[in-house]
Amino acid sequence: MRKLNRRQRLLLGLAFSAAFLIIVCVWGILGAEAARATDFSRKNIPPCLQYPFGTDWLGRDMLARTVKGLSMSILIGITAAAVSAVIALLLGIASATMGRAVDSVVSFVIDLIMGVPHILLLILISVALGKGLKGVIIGVAVTHWPSLARLIRAEVLQLKEMPYIKIAVKLGKSRWHIAVKHMLPHLLPQFIVGLVLLFPHAILHESSITFLGFGLSTEQPAIGIVLSEAMKYLATGKWWLALFPGLFLVITVALFYILGQSLRKLLDPGSVHQ
Amino acid sequence: MDEKRVKCGAGSEDRMDSPAVNKLSGEKEPVLKIEHMSISFTQYDRGMRQVSLPVIRDLDVEVHAGEMVAVVGSSGSGKSLLAHGVMGVLPYNAAMDGRITYCGEELTRERIEKLRGREIVLVPQSIAFLNPLMKIGPQICKGDKRASAREKLRSIFKRYELDERVGNLYPFELSGGMNRRVLISTALMEEPKLVIADEPTPGLDLAVAKRAMAHFRELADMGAGVLVITHDLELALEVADRIAVFYAGATVEEAPVQDFQDEDSLRHPYTKALWRAMPQHGFHYIEGAQPYVKDLPAGCSFAPRCPQCGPECAREIAYRAVRGGKVRCVRGK
Amino acid sequence: MKLEVKDMSYRYTAKGRQILKNFNLAVDSSERVGLTAPSGYGKTTLCQLLSGYLKPDQGQVLLDGQPLSSYQGYCPVQMVWQHPEFAVNPRLPMREVIHEGDEIEEWVIQGLGIEPDWLRRFPTELSGGELQRFSLARALGKRTRFLIADEISTMLDLITQSQIWHFLLEEVEKRQIGLIAVSHNPELIDRVCTRKIDLRLQGEEK
Repeated sequence: MRKLNRRQRLLLGLAFSAAFLIIVCVWGILGAEAARATDFSRKNIPPCLQYPFGTDWLGRDMLARTVKGLSMSILIGITAAAVSAVIALLLGIASATMGRAVDSVVSFVIDLIMGVPHILLLILISVALGKGLKGVIIGVAVTHWPSLARLIRAEVLQLKEMPYIKIAVKLGKSRWHIAVKHMLPHLLPQFIVGLVLLFPHAILHESSITFLGFGLSTEQPAIGIVLSEAMKYLATGKWWLALFPGLFLVITVALFYILGQSLRKLLDPGSVHQ
Repeated sequence: MDEKRVKCGAGSEDRMDSPAVNKLSGEKEPVLKIEHMSISFTQYDRGMRQVSLPVIRDLDVEVHAGEMVAVVGSSGSGKSLLAHGVMGVLPYNAAMDGRITYCGEELTRERIEKLRGREIVLVPQSIAFLNPLMKIGPQICKGDKRASAREKLRSIFKRYELDERVGNLYPFELSGGMNRRVLISTALMEEPKLVIADEPTPGLDLAVAKRAMAHFRELADMGAGVLVITHDLELALEVADRIAVFYAGATVEEAPVQDFQDEDSLRHPYTKALWRAMPQHGFHYIEGAQPYVKDLPAGCSFAPRCPQCGPECAREIAYRAVRGGKVRCVRGK
Repeated sequence: MKLEVKDMSYRYTAKGRQILKNFNLAVDSSERVGLTAPSGYGKTTLCQLLSGYLKPDQGQVLLDGQPLSSYQGYCPVQMVWQHPEFAVNPRLPMREVIHEGDEIEEWVIQGLGIEPDWLRRFPTELSGGELQRFSLARALGKRTRFLIADEISTMLDLITQSQIWHFLLEEVEKRQIGLIAVSHNPELIDRVCTRKIDLRLQGEEK
């Protein structure tokens, strides 16, 4: 077989990660019932052919629960990260273009949020909003934008100084023309990559606060809940309850990371030439 | 034993450790000899397809000890890759072919790694290559703290009219011209036999550019071989001994600098066109532009713009010796 | 038309070096003026002041008696930069670069030797000389009255330099565009300009 070139390898990695994540999401949504179904005739079964991830103390299929939990985490993560990225885009551009006062306020807020540990802020916001889905999404969205906003702000500031932008101004081009023709092609790849790289963060943080009991309620089989429940049974030797959900959480996060990095390499002109 | 050695690099017999190959002729081996060098990049076309861009197709040049040779080509024509190719610092997606000989022996990857920074030095294009967080003195000495190094540093400072206090300053505290001299000084610590300068005068005004070139001339006068890569033919004519003209990925003519005094003593029609385009020689021009590496014509790459082009120009053109120079043209005489 | 500079002073920072002091200049649109000075005399700064990229600390730049800053939209004084690589957006195809100009005529594109195939390429696929032709074409829009050329051919090979200048001289003559050219090369200035100004001497007047 012909050796794949780098772009093809990247695209393959991208397609694989995306496919895996989509399958998990869809399966999780379709298999919601299977994740809740209890059956005491099959409780505490270690991993076997029929139940590859084993079953728990209520006889629930751990594979179904893991997939359902992951899909919830992914959906929450994507929603929160998308909101966060939009905040970052708006504030980043505003900060760079709307004068010094706006810039110092935004920069101050960025420093403030980045100065406090994420998880602490998240817990505070989530609890203040009464936990649950809303609390988690808003909490993650509000805490994750600063680093991307800072990146976009720096990029816009740098672009504003480029001769070709100054020339466009002298050629009488409108601000809209400059924003769309000159700025957007530079910002879009940064933004998309930034967005995708926010997903793993958002997912991890969602599952951690849920694990700690400040996030989603126990009726919802989020991955954090599955893991924290499993902790109680670890001491009794039921290792599979924590191992598989935990492992798959790590794999999901890693795949999102690969997705983001592949996208960056594909979209970034610096690495285009090979 | 001594007779078998071929002299290489003036006044450096004590450092001669490379057994020479050329036992027959008594004449000096060139310090650097590049034959049929080609460098190509693999690059992505739109989509997934990869294409190979032959930026340098056929480059020949020779540098002798005590001589300054200028490779002149237009900016953006990829001639900087020549320097990177010799130094073995090409980017990962580049492939090089051809033969590079240093002091009569092939310059292999292992060999250049040993010689780089010692006998063969590259003076980069921009003063941005200086480490901004390191004082000038240690930067030139490359961390060598011995008394001999300090002595050497003092003599280098003296040669370039730099104050001794400069050694304790950081690059940002010096003017552009001083930093440029510092950049050249870094090359001098090791008494190099071959100095390669990549576009040493980017955007400098005439007086400063001339001074920068004069520093390289001095290195050649001290016995090193100097290869300057530049886009500025007029400047090169003032300091170099020989000029190699680079067009569309190949050297088309190599001529002693005296030949540029008169159009008739030049060999290649492109060089003649360059000569006539000088403001003081009539400011004439020819139509067209250098062909893009992706769509080079077969045979002579200058043919589409050449007034004397004939059917024989569509064939592969050999690079041949003519009147003490070289030319890649069927008509050059 | 007339481009005038009245008592202009400029320094980069409040306490920085005085680049220009009480500088005066008047250029008619039938003229081609060459500016020379060693580096550090603020040639590029002057170009940017003349074309409105920078605002003077004191004094004014007047175009037909009106301050240059009062011209909204397209600026009749266009500057061409020394380094064409930075003057075009690396993410825009060359066709768009031409479109940015003010209704660039076909003969300008042809006269500068821009080949149709180049319009489809991106800036990284062209050499410096080719990019500079695009920068020039873009600056030669319909409403351009003065052209400021800051070392436009320094980075180019001699043939391209000659090509570009031959076209430019013909074009500014035909359309009565005033030209102010900066170059370190005295022979080039002698060739292309009708009048020479040495910034060193200007400084000594005051």
